[in-house]
Amino acid sequence: MNEALVTMTGIEKHFAGVHALKGCRFELRSGEVHALVGENGAGKSTMMKILTGVYQKDEGEIAYKGGPVQIADTKAAQKLGITMIHQELNLAPDLTVAQNIFIGREPRSFGGLFLNDKEMNRQTSKLLAQMNLDIEPTALVSDLTVAKQQMVEIVKAISYESQALIMDEPTAALSDNEIEELFATIEKLRAEGVGIVYISHRMAELQRISDRITVMRDGAYIDTVLTRETTVERIISMMVGRELYHVEGPQLADSYGEVVLEARGLNRGRTIKDVSFKLRKGEILGMAGLIGAGRTEVARAIFGADSLDSGEILIRGKRVRIGAPHDAVREGIGYLSEDRKRYGCLVDMDVKTNVAIASLGRFARFSWMSGSRIERVSEDVVERLKVKTPSVHQRLKNLSGGNQQKVIIGKWLTRDCDILIFDEPTRGIDIGAKSEIYKLLDSLAAQGKSIIMISSELPEVLRLSHRVLVMCEGRVTADLMNDGLTQETIMHYATQREEALHA
Amino acid sequence: MKKTSLALGAAPTRQLSIFKPGWLQQFLAFGSLIALVVIFSFASENFFKFSNIVGILLSTAVTGVLALGATFVIITGGIDLSVGTVMTLSAVMTGVSISFWGTPIWVGLLVGVMTGALCGLVSGYAVSKLNIPPFIATLAMMMIAKGLALVISGTKPVYFTDAKGFTDIALGSLLGDIIPGFTIPNAVLIFFAAAIIGSIVLTRTLVGRYNFAIGSNEEAARLSGVNVNFWKIVIYTIAGVFTGIAGILIASRLNSAQPALGQGYELEAIAAVVIGGTSLSGGKGTIIGTVIGALIMSVLTNGLRILSVPQEWQTVVVGFVIFLAVYADILRRKKGA
Repeated sequence: MNEALVTMTGIEKHFAGVHALKGCRFELRSGEVHALVGENGAGKSTMMKILTGVYQKDEGEIAYKGGPVQIADTKAAQKLGITMIHQELNLAPDLTVAQNIFIGREPRSFGGLFLNDKEMNRQTSKLLAQMNLDIEPTALVSDLTVAKQQMVEIVKAISYESQALIMDEPTAALSDNEIEELFATIEKLRAEGVGIVYISHRMAELQRISDRITVMRDGAYIDTVLTRETTVERIISMMVGRELYHVEGPQLADSYGEVVLEARGLNRGRTIKDVSFKLRKGEILGMAGLIGAGRTEVARAIFGADSLDSGEILIRGKRVRIGAPHDAVREGIGYLSEDRKRYGCLVDMDVKTNVAIASLGRFARFSWMSGSRIERVSEDVVERLKVKTPSVHQRLKNLSGGNQQKVIIGKWLTRDCDILIFDEPTRGIDIGAKSEIYKLLDSLAAQGKSIIMISSELPEVLRLSHRVLVMCEGRVTADLMNDGLTQETIMHYATQREEALHA
Repeated sequence: MKKTSLALGAAPTRQLSIFKPGWLQQFLAFGSLIALVVIFSFASENFFKFSNIVGILLSTAVTGVLALGATFVIITGGIDLSVGTVMTLSAVMTGVSISFWGTPIWVGLLVGVMTGALCGLVSGYAVSKLNIPPFIATLAMMMIAKGLALVISGTKPVYFTDAKGFTDIALGSLLGDIIPGFTIPNAVLIFFAAAIIGSIVLTRTLVGRYNFAIGSNEEAARLSGVNVNFWKIVIYTIAGVFTGIAGILIASRLNSAQPALGQGYELEAIAAVVIGGTSLSGGKGTIIGTVIGALIMSVLTNGLRILSVPQEWQTVVVGFVIFLAVYADILRRKKGA
């Protein structure tokens, strides 16, 4: 392997009384993919934010290509050739691919008076061709798939002649095929000597793509190992420092029984096509499918967040009209969005408000709110769901993803919802917290709650679901009991396009 | 694991409770208010006199009550440009009721408040159900109210000469009757009472909590089963009630409803809210901040007038104060992040 590109040693960082990084180190060599793993809150992103100049270290050294450097801000990092590709992409959707890549340094003509789009598109074509990417420079970013948008970000980084590229959960929003595309790009970059930091929770991916793995835990450096000399179990145990909850397959609860929710012939534009299914009491119904299969759309429509063109929804055998989310909530349906920060919770408000928000009416007498009752109930939720928070007065944005998710679950439990729709319940949640969420879902089902769980991770679907609904292009292609079900079977139905179905 | 989280637990929250969001901004605003009072008191002996202080408070009352309503709307992340002219329309309707229809004063007051509430309701409906951006919806309402006030009054002021005691609503002094010499006008009492009620509604009731939730993240509130459209209408209606009260106050002070007056008050109200630390992006804000913001504006105008600074320049200074106040808020936010 090559020489060290970036060396961080003895990095210390404090935030308002929290010791976020304790003498951490990290080394990136050119031409390697170096995975950085750890639970949320372990300090990975703080470490990388220091490297990219978002934060300033309190103490420690950063060396770049052998010489010590000070990285004052993100611009300085970019100038050195260190770029981070964030989970939320930083692209202007209404501009073209080329415009996005050359934003802030557009080629000009006539002494800088006019934009030279021709030159810009030509250079972009060249860059795209270099990376073997089939993207038009003049395509609007909003017309591209998430995967392609990510490629554009990568190309943009490359165009700055980045030597070190940091990718934060790059595959979170990608389907399997798209992940393959991304990996091909990463391998190409590696061959060209770019050093890549790869932050991810997905062990299988790390095993495939990374050369070395550095593990962090609770703001401390744990170890760096060669990927080919280690096992997933070892990495996970270094990450969590404790045993993981593990169960072979889901057990049907005794409460399994009557149909609580039935969807009949749901249609909505091109996204939902004649979807029918039943959800029983005490059951976890997994919804599997590729990105864009229409699972989230079905969930949102049932919850009243989007309107339906046709179809009916029955709750406990009774036809109900759900025109808006508050109608669904009244029927006892709770929805946990895949995008917690945007749709799931009020990040600027405290834990207790987030717990109470769906049932505030219950805490108010003649509209007068009882602060102490809200506090008591939310403290009870924190205790019951083992939410890690200093107090119920803590603002939600200071909690980790897993704990935010628990607070949202608590919100619906407080509201006495007995039909819960989980959309990607463990997205962005670290492994330790994941198994806690799994345990929670299991116990909710055992208590007689009915759960629809949308997940793009097949092992998760198989681990949790009693029954699996597979969707493809807006249609339900299979409704399968989960006994002896395999990932292959699910994938078979998830890719069963309409032509094949009729053939 | 549990142990560390507990150890981390108690201490930071206790420290943090002093520095609750918005607290520093209010402290800054309050500090600036005190500083202004001190500076003007040294600059002119005429400033810190009972009669002048009462004058300042009286001149704050109308804009202040408007600003209370504006605070509610701004916390949803919206804006209400119609409060100035709706205030005028409310004043005109009160005048029409009392002077033209010959109703008792209390009915006139009710008509004034209901007019404000109705306008708020319409704005709220337009913003929520019709999905018209608040800026546009309330701009339209501003013009509608302005026009209606002129049409209904026949473009002439409506006088309350026959309604005995109408001016006492704003200018009489209940307190002065109880404590001789302590003649603080009722308008000031009404302003403070409205502020206290507004503060309670905002912090202690359902609608107040939903107000913050909607301003903080409207979509998340909707997906939590909050009937966002309904509550927005309620919030705009509440703002309308405050506007109606302001209309009564200004009519009572002038003993007439002046249909051409009113435009420009909405911007002063918004300025008071912003100086008081309420965020225009929604989700953050307090009533006490708005009260302080309104007081800062009138102390500034009053003090500068006493120092014989021409009126044109007073406006320039107030403009700069808004720059300063909002910039201070941005600095604080940066530090907090």
